[in-house]
Order: sequence, then C-alpha cells, then structure tokens
Amino acid sequence: MKELSLHILDITQNSIRAQAKLVKLLIIESTANNELTIVITDDGCGIPADRLENITDPFVTTRTTRKVGLGLSLFKAAAEACGGYFEISSTLGVGTKVIGSFMRDHIDRVPLGNMADTVLTMVMSFGETDLIYQHDFNNQLFVFNTREIKDTLEVESLNEPAILNWIREFVSEGLEEIMEE
Amino acid sequence: MAKSLAELKAIREKKLNEINLRHGKNGYRVVVGMATCGIAAGARPVMVKLMEEVDAKGLVDVTVAQTGCIGSCRLEPIVEVYDANNEKVTYVHMTPEKVAKVVDQHLAQGKVVDEYTMTVVDGKVIDPTVKG
Repeated sequence: MKELSLHILDITQNSIRAQAKLVKLLIIESTANNELTIVITDDGCGIPADRLENITDPFVTTRTTRKVGLGLSLFKAAAEACGGYFEISSTLGVGTKVIGSFMRDHIDRVPLGNMADTVLTMVMSFGETDLIYQHDFNNQLFVFNTREIKDTLEVESLNEPAILNWIREFVSEGLEEIMEE
Repeated sequence: MAKSLAELKAIREKKLNEINLRHGKNGYRVVVGMATCGIAAGARPVMVKLMEEVDAKGLVDVTVAQTGCIGSCRLEPIVEVYDANNEKVTYVHMTPEKVAKVVDQHLAQGKVVDEYTMTVVDGKVIDPTVKG
C-alpha cells in the first residue's frame, strides 16, 4: 500500500465484515518518541483463538472468492519493515484490536497519506456502524465521532454528499490544525 | 475548531428536500469493491470521485456504497451499477477519469459505457482491452 491511510481503510473493512457496531481508530504520532502508532479496535464478532494464531499468514483466509488473505499480512510486514511491531488480539463475541507501530522517521515508512479521503470512504462504506477517530499529534488531539454527527442531524446514515463533503473538510482542517507548529 | 456541527445542521436543512428524494426507489445503486485488492488498486479515489460527481450533477436518487472482494482481483478497481430492477453492469479497471464518464453517461443519461465494462463469455472474463 502506498499510504498508511490505505492500510487503515483496509483493516477497518474487516471490522465491517465482522458486524461491528463501533470502530475506534487511534493514531498517535510523536516526534519526540520517533513513533507513529495505529490502533484499530472494534466490537465485531471476534476471531477464534485457533484462527488468530496464523491470521497474518497470507495463505490463510476465510474468504471464498480467492485463496489469499493479504490485509493483515501487508500491515504487519509494513510495520516490521520500519523497526516497529504488529499485534492482534481478539475475543469471540467481544471484538478485535489491531496495533501497528512504526518508527516515524524510518526511511521505508510510507506517508500516512490522505486521512480525509480515508475517513470519507470509511463513512460511505460503514452504513450504520459508527466511527470514533482520535488523532494525537505531539499531544495535540483531533477527534471525529460519527455518533455525535448522527445525533445532531437525527439521521442513521451519513452517506449523503452534503454531509460527506462537510466531513472531508472537517477532517482535513482538523488535522491541519493539530499538525501546525 | 473552525467547523461546527451547527454549521453542518444548517447545510443539511437546506438540502433536506433533495435528500428526501434520494430515498426514491427509481435510482441507481453503485457499489465499489473495497477489499485489500480493490484498495491497493485505487478504489479510494474512485469512491471519492463517485461522490463528487454524483453531487456535482445533482443525481439525488443515486446511492454509493461498498462491497467486498468480487473475485476478479486483477480487474480492480471494480464498480458495479445496479438499476431499479437490480440489473447489474460491471465496470473494471476504473479510474477517477473513467468514473466521471460513467456518472455523466450511465447514471445521468442511462447509457452504459461499453468500453469500460467487463464481458463474460462461457463463464470466462474477457478483459475489456482484448474485447475488440
């Protein structure tokens, strides 16, 4: 993947297939600790322990449309190639947590990329599932919560161009603000 | 924060009539393949462009959503267009530029853009570039 934000879009699609009602995305960037960490937590159906063991083996997948499963494998490889680590934990009926951590200044770390477009695409594909996205950049925090928006607008889906355009700008401006020095 | 939820609420109220129309049953439903293969091949810019073009053309009865891996990863990004009778047209190797044409011709005027479609002969997918 050319951007970490594309890995994020990809991993959260697993949460949707696991029937999650809420997906939490946390991105921590710290120049002092030379760290970029991505944490994705969902309340989906979870993964059985015997499947979790080899979940990042690309030749293990539950899908029936093809014989390889690449999403988690690629994310793990990307983190480990950048002096970081990958972790996955899951409890059946409770949910799944995926962590990918990168050395922020590693030469092989691809850019975080366009988070506004990733959030926009997530919202379009999430249906009634909610997203809470928190981005901590050197202790400056940006928060985006679809539940808050749905409650304010009194709707159950945000998949409408007027709302999506606003969300895209909100995320883009919010991230710019926390990344200003 | 420069942008507020109050602002969004005002924008949406202005568009409310339009949004109510969107729930009509006559329009197209568009789905984009959003598995690892689709995303790596460029599904995100395709999805974003769909939203932009549908909005720009004011196509109030078109919905855009996602689907998983369709099983033809080498043809991603794939866009499927379902009409009101659930008849499907599959567009392959999509790009934002091609999306603009599909929205303009197919979604706005009902004319399928043949050159971007996938063709199946005897159960095998014929690549549009060799369809001739």
